[in-house]
Amino acid sequence: MADTAGPSEPPVKPIEVLYCEVCSFPPEYCEFGSSVSKCKQWLEKEHPDLYEKYWSDEALVKKIGTLSVENQKKLDVDSAKKEAKAEAKASAAEKKRKESKITIKRVERNKRKHVTSVQGLEAFGVDLKKASKLFAQKFATGSSVSKNLQGLEEIVVQGDVTEEIIDMIVDQVGVLKGVPEKNIIKIEEKKKKGGDDE
Amino acid sequence: MFKKFSPKEDIASQTSIKSSVQRHIRASLLKQFPLLAQGEGEAQVLEHIWPKKENITLVKCKEHISIFALHGEPLFFQHFDGPFFPTLRLLHKYPNMLPQVGIDRGAIKFLLAGASMMCPGLTSAGGMLPPSSHSIPEGAVVAIMAEGKDHAAGVGLMKMDSEQVKKVNKGVAVESITYLGDDLWSLQNIS
Repeated sequence: MADTAGPSEPPVKPIEVLYCEVCSFPPEYCEFGSSVSKCKQWLEKEHPDLYEKYWSDEALVKKIGTLSVENQKKLDVDSAKKEAKAEAKASAAEKKRKESKITIKRVERNKRKHVTSVQGLEAFGVDLKKASKLFAQKFATGSSVSKNLQGLEEIVVQGDVTEEIIDMIVDQVGVLKGVPEKNIIKIEEKKKKGGDDE
Repeated sequence: MFKKFSPKEDIASQTSIKSSVQRHIRASLLKQFPLLAQGEGEAQVLEHIWPKKENITLVKCKEHISIFALHGEPLFFQHFDGPFFPTLRLLHKYPNMLPQVGIDRGAIKFLLAGASMMCPGLTSAGGMLPPSSHSIPEGAVVAIMAEGKDHAAGVGLMKMDSEQVKKVNKGVAVESITYLGDDLWSLQNIS
């Protein structure tokens, strides 16, 4: 270990470990992840030499090592099951994501003053804080992230900027990238009557 | 420890720490991991991981866990005032910073599900324990290696003397602290 390297070189160099881009594990552990077949594809494409090392027939035989054949079979079945489960989960999440709506609501503060509240952006992987900052900059008004009555986070922007926000989502500005315009719901909330139309 | 950990809810505060405290932490890190103390001055290994001039952030989390992060990348963590644990990514870079124990192939699955490692997994043919001349005391931080793999699969805490593990061969031998695929592993960057 303690090689006499140059003066500015540390005696122990860090090892650069390659991580699988699919499951983030070192490729030798992909088999225990929940996306083995995808990991295999990735490794075969990106690092054929390593693929050979981990997944060739010889390696597989060696891998079984001290385990009995029965146990190995069980392990294989388990990993197949796990993969199927993870896939089902992912597709369910995807479906949910597709279905989830963005609600843009105009709330009346008093008479002619409004605030616009935007809900449901987080389902599309938008950082709410950044989005609120973007709105604040764009409209030159106050904009904040707050919890509403249901305990969900929403962005509240001062002023009635419903249409502008929709336009921004359609144009996919900045952090709003990837938010589908189809899922937008526009709501205008009026304050309960009384005193307003005097 | 990090089986369930969501950065949004479980992180209480993030602060950069005083340089005097940092010095203290450095000293204890060097004491705990002799490997990091190798080399002189600029060339010291710790210097490579955590340059002296860089400020480290203390991320306080629920249940008295503190994570030390450099530029958002977690390096070490600690429970109460216990020993420091390196994160698994750091351990992969410097595999020799911790004493190693090995588990057999059958146990990998359970380790990656967060279970503690039982004695038979270490004493069986596929497992690996250091010879009695280099026994690991109880309470030591160890790297958990796996049969047929080059990289560590987890970081653990010895619950028994390594000699005792061989003798008793029953019950929990190593408590797993962090392992491949847990929430600390997925937490690559604390923002």
